Amino acid sequence: MGESFISAREVAAGVRAGEWTARHVADEHLAAVAERDGEIHAFLHVDPDAVRAAADRIDAAVAAGDDPGPLAGVPVALKDNLCTRGVPTTCASRILEGWRPPYDATVVERLVAAGAVVVGKTNLDEFAMGSSTENSAFGPTRNPLDPSRVPGGSSGGSAAAVAAGFAPLALGSDTGGSIRQPAALCGVVGLKPTYGRVSRHGLVAFASSLDQIGPFTRSVADAALALDVIGGHDPLDATSSPSPQPDHLAAVDSGVDGLRVGVLSEMLDMDGVAPEVVARVREAAEALAAAGAEVVEVSVPAVIYGLSAYYLIAPAEASSNLARFDGVRYGLRVDAPTTNEMMVATRTRGFGPEVKRRIMLGTYALSAGYYDAFYGQAQRVRTLIARDFAAAYERVDVLLSPTSPTTAFAFGDKTADPLTMYLNDVCTIPSNLSGDPAISVPFGTGGDDLPVGVQVMGPALAETDLLRTAAVLEGAAP
Amino acid sequence: MTAPTAPTTIDSDEVFTVEVGGTTFELVCGLEVHAELATATKMFSGAPNRFGDEPNTNVDPVTLGLPGTLPVVNERAIELAIRFGLAVGAEIRPSVFARKNYFYPDMPKDFQISQYDQPIVVDGSIELPGGHVVGLERAHLEEDTGKSTHVGGDGRITGAEYSLVDYNRAGVPLLEIVSRPHVRTPEQARQYVAELRAVLVAAGVSDGKMEEGSLRVDANVSVRPVGTDALGTRCEIKNLNSLRSLGRAIEYEARRQADLIAVGERVEQQTRHWDEDSGRTSKMRSKEEADDYRYFPEPDLLPVTPDPAWIDAIGAALPPMPAARRQAVADAAGVVLPDETVALIVERGQDSQALDAITAGADAARVLVHVSQNLAGEGGASVAPDRLAALIALETSGALTATQAKAVLAEMVGSDATPEEIAAAKGFEAMDTGALEAMVDEVIAAHPDEWETFRTGDDKARGKLTGFFVGQVMRASRGQADGKAVTDLLRRRSGA
Repeated sequence: MGESFISAREVAAGVRAGEWTARHVADEHLAAVAERDGEIHAFLHVDPDAVRAAADRIDAAVAAGDDPGPLAGVPVALKDNLCTRGVPTTCASRILEGWRPPYDATVVERLVAAGAVVVGKTNLDEFAMGSSTENSAFGPTRNPLDPSRVPGGSSGGSAAAVAAGFAPLALGSDTGGSIRQPAALCGVVGLKPTYGRVSRHGLVAFASSLDQIGPFTRSVADAALALDVIGGHDPLDATSSPSPQPDHLAAVDSGVDGLRVGVLSEMLDMDGVAPEVVARVREAAEALAAAGAEVVEVSVPAVIYGLSAYYLIAPAEASSNLARFDGVRYGLRVDAPTTNEMMVATRTRGFGPEVKRRIMLGTYALSAGYYDAFYGQAQRVRTLIARDFAAAYERVDVLLSPTSPTTAFAFGDKTADPLTMYLNDVCTIPSNLSGDPAISVPFGTGGDDLPVGVQVMGPALAETDLLRTAAVLEGAAP
Repeated sequence: MTAPTAPTTIDSDEVFTVEVGGTTFELVCGLEVHAELATATKMFSGAPNRFGDEPNTNVDPVTLGLPGTLPVVNERAIELAIRFGLAVGAEIRPSVFARKNYFYPDMPKDFQISQYDQPIVVDGSIELPGGHVVGLERAHLEEDTGKSTHVGGDGRITGAEYSLVDYNRAGVPLLEIVSRPHVRTPEQARQYVAELRAVLVAAGVSDGKMEEGSLRVDANVSVRPVGTDALGTRCEIKNLNSLRSLGRAIEYEARRQADLIAVGERVEQQTRHWDEDSGRTSKMRSKEEADDYRYFPEPDLLPVTPDPAWIDAIGAALPPMPAARRQAVADAAGVVLPDETVALIVERGQDSQALDAITAGADAARVLVHVSQNLAGEGGASVAPDRLAALIALETSGALTATQAKAVLAEMVGSDATPEEIAAAKGFEAMDTGALEAMVDEVIAAHPDEWETFRTGDDKARGKLTGFFVGQVMRASRGQADGKAVTDLLRRRSGA
């Protein structure tokens, strides 16, 4: 299985140089999937023939003297809420079972244009609602590092695919931590770019003002390369940032000498953050100081309200975004005597309990007479959080915190009480509310020998600072 | 959707009233007009905006609301909304799209993207040809829904055997134009919609075709006792597919509400459906049954903040609107507005023809008559103003009678010949006075009884018989006599 653990950059370099073929790389990764995904269940859909055919096209290009691009022959796994033309896209929901989009998401187009080979579609919590991938309608994904534990979520399948060596690169989506938390729990790198840095066109929306697509990789440099490929303005997404992208990959190795790093004090003091996680964050701060960074402790007071604001805004938007799944045009339809009854029956059978819970929460939060007290108030908190972050970024360049309060937990541990599960995202949610970028990088382990992720946050479009900080931590990790 | 909060200022005394049981009620009405914009593509996607195509052919993933699709604002639709706003003297404001959430099969996303509390156009007005001014509260952009056909039952979704949906219309850009409650008679309502349509067409904002659904009207109708100021409870009337329906429905609804109040009942706030065949409105739903639309700002779109320089450029390129064009014709012709002939000429788009003929020196009164009556038919508008002026010069000089001029003008439509050539070909020449007098005398002699009545009768009888004698002389002269000269001769002969 050795070769299936090499980095995306190495795969591409080898394919471009003719050292090995994309077909060989694809076969290696397909073999790994065949060997172990029965247990892990990272994928909801893999079509080996299509994977080999795509790899053959890359090899043909190389043979013809063409450069397939910076991701030449790199196997990528896609979270199954990213639309792929003609390939099932389910969002791990019964309501979309069998639906094949007639178009590719912008990120998929860009990956393929850069030479990547799509391996398959990965498992997730239904419509990206969850933190353990236990909410998938098609069964959970297991953590490759300890199959008795969850991989985190909602992008658990993508995190597990990268951790298990099924692909050196996977894409996920992050609405409240859904890239960073599973990256932390599976011991890989997970980047949530600035809101608007990566086009959302073709991402099935959960909460439109919070959703952002980003990469899972086994190295920080691969994350930078992936962002270089998928980022940048897209006219099909009105919220996409028009500002040009820097060369992220080129900045990765520039070190942290003189960089001002703030340890975010509120996130070390939060209830439920495990002592060994706090210890790793403090060690990470020391490692950065040793590498030349100025490290201080910084307070961002409003972050403690993040979770409450998030659980009004995200369900409110979701209640509207998920209205279209009504049985009229595509996906599941449960027949009933009248149109209205058909819609009710379809949604009753098609959605799982967590999705229903959030639709109800969101519908309530937007109702006449409650709007201002709930949705309106949550938006004011959101403004406050963004303001507090902005104030902190006048003093420091990046902030440091835990990604997840704990290491990977066991199946069923947090399913009984939704609030316990929601608390998993307490450190990641604030960046979604402010729209700022954040990255999780593995840094040592907890008491149970499972990985701990350290989160590096920064102001809008400061991905290069995040990546070079994460690269230093990657090198200094115990 | 919008409460009539503004004061009901009006500048005309004309008010439609209903008297029931000794109380006189007056009409207060506001209109909501949905105009489809004349864009090439849809409000939020590149699918074609075209009427009459095969069902479900003008669709793309955005139109169908497929998962993962995102709306992108059509800049042309913004420009057209600004054009309309400037055409009605309104303010152009930064605007925000919101989501209006409700489930219906013809709405692909089960929400409609519509501007809600921050519309793009605020506070304009429209002056009707009759002189009445109707205030505009706002106009906002939104996307149209698809079109449902319910098969079986009574044509509504409830009780239908099955339903068909055509999404060609889904996503077509709409401008919803909300008037203040300044409409006080059914006739004003008709004039308002006609004038609004003229403005939309003149500004290139919409094709204004009511028959294709490009222009759809809802009326908010209430009544109150004459002499009171508070607005009564209103009902919104839907399914008004023609100007005729609009007037009839408003009148019916005002009477229905007055009848209710007169017997001590309350008017319930309702949405009501107009049935053209029965001539009645019927309840669709009450306010309590209305959906909670759960409006919130559309997170997939940024606020619309048009550059002031762009707005200025759009305003500078705007053609003159009907009210200004009526004024221009009236000024040139020395007519005081309101004037039906002037309104008609502008409505038909023949005002430049009339203005240019007047500028070329033609008698203004004759220009208005010829353009409004004799050039109303097919091809009439294409008669060059200088040719019309040349014809009128012949008429003014006495070379042609009014009747002859009309005949020549009819030939000029679709012909390059000069008025003189046509007149000559027709053998028209001015009758000399002696010949005309002889002809009048012959006619008098042939109808002694009528002549006696004409001579001795009252004004009414004289008026009637003037027409008779002029007609006889016209027949005898085969249309070459000048009617005005004949009338003068008759008066002289009778000794009046």
